Formats: sequence, structure tokens, C-alpha cells
Amino acid sequence: MPVLRFERLTKIYGSGDTAVVGIEDAAMSVERGQLVAITGPSGSGKSTLLAAIGLIGQPSAGRIEIDGEEVYNDGWVGPDPTEIRRRKIGFIFQHHNLIPFLTVAENVRVALDINGVRGRAAGDKVQELLAYLQIEHRARSYPARISGGERQRVAIARALANEPLLILADEPTASLDTERGKTVMDHLRRLAREKESAVITVTHDERMIDGFDRVGRVQDGRLLVSPEKSISSKGESAWRDNCGVRI
Amino acid sequence: MNLAIRDIRYNLGRFLLTGVGLGLLIGVVMAMAGIYRGFVVEATAILNAAEADLWVVQKDTRGPFAESSRIPEDLYRSLAVIPGVQEAAPVSYQNAQVQRAGVTLRLYVVGHRPRAPGGHGRLVAGRAIGQKRYEAVADQSAGLQIGEVFELGRNRYTVVGLTREAVSSGGDPALFLSLVDAQELQFKKSPEAIRNDRERIETSLRGVTRAAPAVAPRVTAAIEVMTQSTHVANAIAVRLEPGADPGEVARRITAWKHHTVLTTTEQEEILREIVIEKVRRQIRLFMVILLVVSTVIVALIIYTLTIDKLREIATLKLIGAPGFVVVKLIMQQSLALGTIAFVVGSVLIHLLYDRFPRRVVLFPSDQLVLMAIVGGICVLASLLGIRRALAVDPLQALGG
Repeated sequence: MPVLRFERLTKIYGSGDTAVVGIEDAAMSVERGQLVAITGPSGSGKSTLLAAIGLIGQPSAGRIEIDGEEVYNDGWVGPDPTEIRRRKIGFIFQHHNLIPFLTVAENVRVALDINGVRGRAAGDKVQELLAYLQIEHRARSYPARISGGERQRVAIARALANEPLLILADEPTASLDTERGKTVMDHLRRLAREKESAVITVTHDERMIDGFDRVGRVQDGRLLVSPEKSISSKGESAWRDNCGVRI
Repeated sequence: MNLAIRDIRYNLGRFLLTGVGLGLLIGVVMAMAGIYRGFVVEATAILNAAEADLWVVQKDTRGPFAESSRIPEDLYRSLAVIPGVQEAAPVSYQNAQVQRAGVTLRLYVVGHRPRAPGGHGRLVAGRAIGQKRYEAVADQSAGLQIGEVFELGRNRYTVVGLTREAVSSGGDPALFLSLVDAQELQFKKSPEAIRNDRERIETSLRGVTRAAPAVAPRVTAAIEVMTQSTHVANAIAVRLEPGADPGEVARRITAWKHHTVLTTTEQEEILREIVIEKVRRQIRLFMVILLVVSTVIVALIIYTLTIDKLREIATLKLIGAPGFVVVKLIMQQSLALGTIAFVVGSVLIHLLYDRFPRRVVLFPSDQLVLMAIVGGICVLASLLGIRRALAVDPLQALGG
């Protein structure tokens, strides 16, 4: 059963003559443990797509299914989208979006707290995640006191806190140098492999997509998705060859 | 996890500074509340110290505190025999000024009979007046010392005792004299006035003395006594026997004598509702304005604190935080700010209250009410920030 499936997904801003198409008729299905990259130039609709499948922005039309449960069908259906986000989706942001007044450990713990996990269980989980991402020595530091790469690892730990089925990452390497960016991508690959979460990463940096299971390219609001296991480290030309198949 | 406490911990200096600033404003509100209460306490201080149950005053007046009242001094004798009356004593009240070390000291002079109703109550130093003339008991706020001799009117008085918190409704310290001294001060006429009165009366009685020359010396002597008499009081303070009904005794006095009788409770109401009413209303209005200003300031502070956290709020909403988590964060910060401000305001007022020229009185119940008002202000003020925070779109967490 796919973790995420969407079809006919369309988002139109405004109406009439001033209507702008953000996403048009996008479709995709992502399985557990899959690592998917969504690329495209600025303004192509990547973030709009991410917002729609992250149940943040309401699409204009389409159907979204998460973990076999229909959540959108030309309108919200089923449980509250906030509730689904809390339980099933983890978010990683371009600028990590850590809460500045919480320590590293508290930034991870807050996600557990929101989901009702408290006390010793929360403490143990935080320790485990910080150790997994090798930042346990920064547990008591505030985000302002740690490096950009460390902050992004804290953001990953927070996204993983509630063991989500789906992790959505919005330009997770954009604010990092190449070396740190690669490290973050390595972490994302690792958690897709080891935690069996489906990871969808929006990135405009095509150097970072090596080893991804699939790549979707958004161009003028239309999503083109490559076949599975077709991305290698051969670079952009290989990627272009593999794209163009629309599902 | 309490996000409000963690935010405060992280921005402790800024938060405390804001709280102290707001505390100064709350301190002013408390000072006004204390002054307000102080007016009430001061207005009834002399009344309560008098330990009287009834006040017999000039007919159709509400004296002696709210209106001028003059009654014969010896009325107390006939009042003393009315059933239910334990003791009755004449009292007089007037304002006077004393020059002391080049400074004019305004005093509220109370003429009384020692140990009778209408006196000064408990002393904090020295003794009560022990002789008929030229001794005084002063409120310690006047600054007079025991043994100090001062001039008042035509006489010199020695301070023999000090009392505390005995002031007039205008805040002037009380000076207790014997009734005779106080009557002389208030009612004794100047030699010129006596001469004028004497001549006027003699002119009126000229026909009598011409017709009966033998009575002329007696008439002259009577005129002498009449024009120099000071046997007038402003009220008779009446203390009742234990268990006596003040209303019943008041009815008896009113029925038999042509005077107005007021109970101490009625006097308190008169003082509260008439004598200091305008001042009370003025202070109450000022307090309301200050509270509105405080609410606006807290609202602006909380709103600014919320605006500073919009991205964090968007992130919290994005990762699934329900609305009440955000509401709690803002509301708790607002209440924490109010708590700091209340503590700072309380400390401030406790450090400064005795530096005010008039009494500042804050009962624990007043402080509880003020605490509730500050809490209410904080809740009200946080609504603007909460409205803004709830309107934040989680989408704002995405992108640069």
C-alpha cells in the first residue's frame, strides 16, 4: 500500500483573468522507504506541490490519499488535516525552522509533546534521535549556538520524532554549503532506508539527487516523474534522459 | 512542555525589563488605589477614634464633620440621663495653623473631655491631657515632640502625648486640646468684637435700664458674661450602654430635644458619600484611565512579542500543534508579564508608601482585587496577540 498517492492535483491561485496555475493535474504514488526528489526552477510550483501533499495549503482540485486513507477529494474529507500532519507527516524546512528559545533536545521534544508523548518515554526518544543523528552532545545548546549542518540535523530529528510514514523536506540543503548539504542528504537516504519512511525532498540543487529512487520535475506547474530506480550518479544528462515519463 | 516559560527563560533580560516597566505603571495604579483607600480611612479616623455611638448636632444639619453645627455645651447633661446613654460629652472641631520653625503647620483641633467620648483613642507615646488648660495631644504626623511648647491663638501649649493616624478628612494632623482651650480658640471673640457686641446689646436694653436704674448694674454684668461666653460645642458625642439600640436612643433624643442625631454609621456614610466623594470619584476615574492605559500597553507588548514569533508559531502549527498550544503560549506570557508587573508594583508601593504626604492604605483584600484586575487586563490584552497568532498560516513556515 502506498504511503502517499495523489492524482488530478491542481492548485490555481486567484480567478478569472488573473488566475495563476500553481500545480496542474499532478499525480504520483510513493511507497514506504522510497526516496523521491522533486526538482524544478524557482517559481515552477515545487513548494505549492509540497504544501498540497503536506496538507497545508488546500488544493483547488484533486485527490490525496495518505497511508490508504483518503484525506482530500476536491475538498477535505476524513480526519482533520492538522491531526494527520501531527501523526503521519514529518517536515524538514529550508531554514530548519527550529524554535530559537528551545534547546536542541527541547526542539525535538516539542514534536513529541504536541503528539501527547511526554515524560520518560519522550526523554528516551529524544536521546535516541539525537544519538541517531550524532548531535547528542548538543542536546542542551540553543539553535543559535550550533552550526547550520547541526541545526538541519536537529530539524531532521524533530521530523522523525513521531515516526512519520512520510517526510517532506523543503530545500533542506539550500542554506548549507556543499559538504554539509551532502551530509544532510546522506541522513535523508539513511532514514528512508533504515526507518522505512517515504522521503520527498524538494530541491533545486540537482547535484544533491544522487541515490534517490525517483525524481519528479516540476515545470510550469506540471509534474513529470522518472521511473523508479532510474537515478544514478551520472549527472544531469542522465537525469534528463530518465525524466519525461508522466504518471 | 511549557513554551511560555521557555521563551521567557531564553529572553529573560528583555522580559524582566518589560515586566519592570509595566510594574512601574501598575505601581502607580496601586498607589492610586492606596490613596483612594487612604482617603476613606483618613476621613473616618477621628470619627472612629472618638469611640462614640451617636452624634447629637444642630437641628437639620449633618455636622460636625460635613457641615457647621453649633449646640449648647451643657446639653450633654440632659442627654446623659436618657435611658441607654452611658456617657455624653461635648466636642468641638476646627482647623488652625501653627507657626513652627518658620513653617506653617495646619492642624485639625479637637476639643474634648479627657477619657470621654470624642477623644483620641490609644496613644503611642506620652499621656492623655491631665489638666484643664494648656496641654495638648498631637498626631505624630504633625511632627510635634513630647514636651514641645508651641503657640496657638493667644496661648502656649505643651505636647504631653502622641497619637497615630488621627487626621481630618483633609489629611491635616489632629491636635487634641481640652474642651475649654478649644472653645476659647474657636469661640472667644476679640476685644473689639466684645466691645461692639456689648454696646449693641446695651443700646437695645437702654429703655430697660432707664426705666429701672436699679437693675442697670446687673444688666451690665449679664451682658459681660453673654458677650464673653464660649460655652458652645459643635456636637455632643454619646456613648451607649452595652446592648442599647442606637436607633431607639436616637429616636428618644430626637423626640425630646430639638436636635439632629446621627449614628456613627451615618456619620461614616456622610464622610464617604459627601465629604470625600468628589476626591474619590476623581481618583477612581484616574485609576480607570490608568488601567485602560495599562491594558493598551500590555496588549501592545504581547502583540509585539507575538509578531516576533510568527515564524515559530507557523512552524508549530505546521508540525501539528493545535490552536490551544499557541493560545496557551501567548496567554501564559501575558499572565507572567502581569505577575512580574504586579510583584514589582507591590514592592514599589511598599517601599514608597510612607513617603506620601497622605496615607496610602492597601488592605490584603484590595491587593487581591488588584491582582484579579491585573490578571483580567492580561487576559484581555492577550486577545489581540492570540487573534493574530491564530490567523498565522502554517504555509508561512515554508520557504525563505
